[in-house]
Amino acid sequence: MPSSTDLGRPDPDPTVALTRDGRPVSDRGDTVCVIGAGASGLTAVKNLREHGFGVDCYERETGIGGAWNWRHDRSPVYASTHLISSRPFTQFPDFPMPDDWPDYPHHTQLLSYFERYADHFDLRQHVWFGTEVVRVKPAEGDRWDVTTRSTGGYGPERTSRYAGVVLANGHNWSPKLPRYEGLEQFRGEVMHASSYKDPAQLRGKRVLVVGGGNTGCDIAVEAAQQASRCWHSTRRGYWYAPKYVFGRPADQVNDTLLALRVPLRVRQWLYHRTLRLTVGDLTRFGLPRPDHRVYETHPIANSQLVYHVGHGAITPVPDVTRFHDRTVALSDEREIDPELVIFATGYLPRFEFLDGAVLGDADGSGRPRLWLNAFAAGHPTLAVVGLVQPDSGVFPIAHWQSVLFARLLAARTARPDRAAAFGRKAAAGLGERYSGKVKDSSRHWFEVGHADYLRALQRALDELEGK
Amino acid sequence: MSAERVRIVRSWEWARPERPARREVLAVVPELEEGKRPLLFVPGFGHGAWAFAEHWLSHAASRGFPAYALSLRGHGGSEPAPAATLRSYTHDVVQAAAGLPRQAVLVGHGAGARVVAHALARYPARAAVLVAPVLGSWGTFGTALRRNPVGTLPAVFGGRLRLNRRQLFSRELPDGEARRYVARLGRAGRRAQWQLLTGGQPEPAVGRPSVLVLGSPDDRVVPSAALTRAARRYASAPLLFPGMGHDLMLDARWREPIDAILDWLEKDPAPAAG
Ligand SMILES: Cc1cc2nc3c(=O)[nH]c(=O)nc-3n(C[C@H](O)[C@H](O)[C@H](O)COP(=O)(O)OP(=O)(O)OC[C@H]3O[C@@H](n4cnc5c(N)ncnc54)[C@H](O)[C@@H]3O)c2cc1C
Ligand SMILES: NC(=O)c1ccc[n+]([C@@H]2O[C@H](COP(=O)([O-])OP(=O)(O)OC[C@H]3O[C@@H](n4cnc5c(N)ncnc54)[C@H](OP(=O)(O)O)[C@@H]3O)[C@@H](O)[C@H]2O)c1
Repeated sequence: MPSSTDLGRPDPDPTVALTRDGRPVSDRGDTVCVIGAGASGLTAVKNLREHGFGVDCYERETGIGGAWNWRHDRSPVYASTHLISSRPFTQFPDFPMPDDWPDYPHHTQLLSYFERYADHFDLRQHVWFGTEVVRVKPAEGDRWDVTTRSTGGYGPERTSRYAGVVLANGHNWSPKLPRYEGLEQFRGEVMHASSYKDPAQLRGKRVLVVGGGNTGCDIAVEAAQQASRCWHSTRRGYWYAPKYVFGRPADQVNDTLLALRVPLRVRQWLYHRTLRLTVGDLTRFGLPRPDHRVYETHPIANSQLVYHVGHGAITPVPDVTRFHDRTVALSDEREIDPELVIFATGYLPRFEFLDGAVLGDADGSGRPRLWLNAFAAGHPTLAVVGLVQPDSGVFPIAHWQSVLFARLLAARTARPDRAAAFGRKAAAGLGERYSGKVKDSSRHWFEVGHADYLRALQRALDELEGK
Repeated sequence: MSAERVRIVRSWEWARPERPARREVLAVVPELEEGKRPLLFVPGFGHGAWAFAEHWLSHAASRGFPAYALSLRGHGGSEPAPAATLRSYTHDVVQAAAGLPRQAVLVGHGAGARVVAHALARYPARAAVLVAPVLGSWGTFGTALRRNPVGTLPAVFGGRLRLNRRQLFSRELPDGEARRYVARLGRAGRRAQWQLLTGGQPEPAVGRPSVLVLGSPDDRVVPSAALTRAARRYASAPLLFPGMGHDLMLDARWREPIDAILDWLEKDPAPAAG
């Protein structure tokens, strides 16, 4: 296979131009550049190829799969990770997972699924592994200068000019770590969930898990079984959704209601009823009452957390206020003495290779302002794929984002009027939201409801194609 | 076709995934991998993968194409499925196609072509071939009724659709063979049979595959006009093999149509415009 080279460069192109600051650039003509070969990057490569575009994809790791390739240093998955969105919501819409797989496959199955996807559609030949993108700059004529080098910084930098660029670099690899007074003097072990791989890391220890996202809940459940003690600190109460209700995966039941167009209020009421009738009032276990209605925080799909709380194996505790040398102070004045603290406080998107202003984030807040979470104002040949936190699977969304982008690029020559109208829509729609009300929190700025989002994408596609 | 819109939101399908059923897939692959596209043959109602295993699979493999044939649920060696719908069959085809090592060419025969047309909206096939396609219309049904009232009428009432040897084969096929094939015919699900007439038309194909339509002007199941109509949907004209019956893969001169298909594929048809 002609891929995976340390040099990581496509055939040098004879037509050499200069960047704005005077360095040589090889002109890649109509080729489109894709950054990252995780799920989002792979589907972008496949869909751009399918629409007739040449593609160079750069991947800093040595294999595909991004987050789901747990051999990668930056992979956030741990040994026990299973999907939280069931198969029909997670698979690419035109390449189903095998129907004899479980409803919620294991992360190793996800990786093998992406490997099969890459082989099935011959994608690897377009990927330059071990190659990191260090700079992306707009060039004249809506084109892009992309500068790469070997991962780790060896070898010279090279710059190539592309007709378009897809940012598919993922947003679950750069840890978000809260600051606490006294954390430096704490003698116990401290890690972010991104370094948590295996339950053996917990065995026999007194463990504090901070954060009530899906990661925090999964790790707390493992600690309940492995650690000698487990405290789970959350700064609010949550709705812990079981993975199955009424004999079916919970998200399939939810979408049945969506298909029937049951209004949000009614769905919320049904949901509250169902939880009330099955697990009951969680405050009796010492869990805080949620400060929001269901569907207003990123959904947690975890059937086991409540179970272990009910068995006393997890002690729910409130927010951490500060650290001492051997203890941790909590907001209810209690002090606890964990040996290991795991921060499952989430991740931050990062686009270091690009001037924040391109994505509408000039002051570097880390929250790009885009339309459909994908399109920037004034840059019609750029798309961000996968920058969503959906209440469902990411991959169908990434698929349709990249189909839309491929058709937009095609329209630039076939129907320039429509492509221009699309650009105006993007500029007018920056920062548009695609979910019901969500709790104000650092992580919810890019939360999307899958049905709302995909409907908006359908409208954009229909308008682009005049249908 | 390109005027139809792509459907993104499929809440019902997500909420009610198809129940899986054990599938029979027969395969003949070339001894030497030549980098050619795999073919997935999809038999029509009543037929199983066996119908392609007689000649076409090994012939395609001898010309370097990895060749696979699927039995739709309830047919051949696949799991019995009396309640199958067109959606179940489509699911079977998409699953089998996505399970192949590389992007596949889908070849559907008879009502299997209708199933393939549905599958094309859910799997970006490299190309597609519709052989004597029964895309399902009252017109086709009328023809069948006229040619074989006794075999066809019961199907209207949910009974078995019986195709006779005169409909399926030319006179050139030795009697013994014809009898053997007819004896192997099974039946499709009652609902699927009914949906062939009443169900929704296939959604637009994804992945812009080019589509070849072929058949016989002497087919006593699919009239020539239906062949032309089918080909026109995909912006082409049908390739015709006069003198053959409906079952082109089993009839005496089975070699001609398969060679034509493989020749067409060797020219590596470019993706359709749009
Ligand atoms: C524990 C966990 C469980 C999850 N479970 C689910 C789930 O059940 N369902 C779901 O849909 N989602 C889930 N997610 C969300 C997850 O982020 C997505 O599933 C998916 O991995 C996103 O794919 P991606 O391609 O956008 O990003 P990634 O998988 O992160 O891939 C990005 C790729 O880009 C490469 N890259 C980054 N920067 C550069 C650069 N400068 N140059 C070159 N290459 C670069 C990276 O090496 C990586 O390979 C989960 C996340 C976590 C943390
Ligand atoms: N398939 C799976 O099993 C699986 C497993 C894990 C993760 N995931 C997915 O991966 C993504 C990331 O999940 P994640 O759980 O790692 O991160 P996350 O969803 O961002 O959750 C972070 C958690 O930490 C809390 N938090 C953040 N900053 C904090 C602070 N300063 N002090 C105290 N608490 C703080 C948040 O509270 P607030 O509620 O106040 O924001 C939230 O409970 C999500 O899309 C998730 O669904 C999937």
